[in-house]
Amino acid sequence: MSQLKLIYFSWVRERVGKAEEEVAPPKDVVTVSELMSWLARRGEEYAHAFENPKVIRAAIDRSHVRPDTAIAGAREIAFFPPMTGG
Amino acid sequence: MASTIRLQREDFDAAAEAAKLTRGRSDIGAVVTFTGICRGSESGDPIAALTLEHYPGMAEAEISRHVEDAQARWPLLGVTVIHRYGRMMPGENIVLVVTASSHRQAAFAAAEFLMDYLKTRAPFWKQVESVSGKTWVEAQQADDAAAKRWNKPPGREAAE
Repeated sequence: MSQLKLIYFSWVRERVGKAEEEVAPPKDVVTVSELMSWLARRGEEYAHAFENPKVIRAAIDRSHVRPDTAIAGAREIAFFPPMTGG
Repeated sequence: MASTIRLQREDFDAAAEAAKLTRGRSDIGAVVTFTGICRGSESGDPIAALTLEHYPGMAEAEISRHVEDAQARWPLLGVTVIHRYGRMMPGENIVLVVTASSHRQAAFAAAEFLMDYLKTRAPFWKQVESVSGKTWVEAQQADDAAAKRWNKPPGREAAE
């Protein structure tokens, strides 16, 4: 898989310790949910951020997506907790 | 339909924004203005300040999608949505929704619809500062329930 931009917000950003990064996940990482599992294995800070993937929301190229969405063709994927705006 | 969507650090003037939507027009019969304000306490604990983090680019896109959705559901003649980001103090404005229509029902319903969606789908996150430090506000199930009631699109009878 080619380079993919990841962006983190709120406590996901704080736990990962960075706001964004470029990654190149292996080919067998197909869905958003698999990407979260792959990220969780990258180190303690990622394991902490993604320890409860059910509460984490994702967006591909700035649109909300479900965890079973394929990441093929994505340029930018964001991970964040449930939103609390308004 | 005139629609304005702005994300900004600065405060806004709700009355001036509402006046902009109606100036020089005689087809508008109803304007609803909703202003969300920073409370001085969160879950009973006093807070010193609130910081709104947002996802630039997606926040505008997501609000635009919901404004278009509102236009498809109700006969609106104008919509303004302003959402602030950054640090704000208790008593300061956070968010503004103004809806204009010929009749009140559409304006009321669209304003509520937009606020329910802003709370649960617009990429903003609130962090509060209090004596016990900084904590991220948790999403409320009541807000999710409020947004879900719009899943079944209403007819256009609200226009009458």
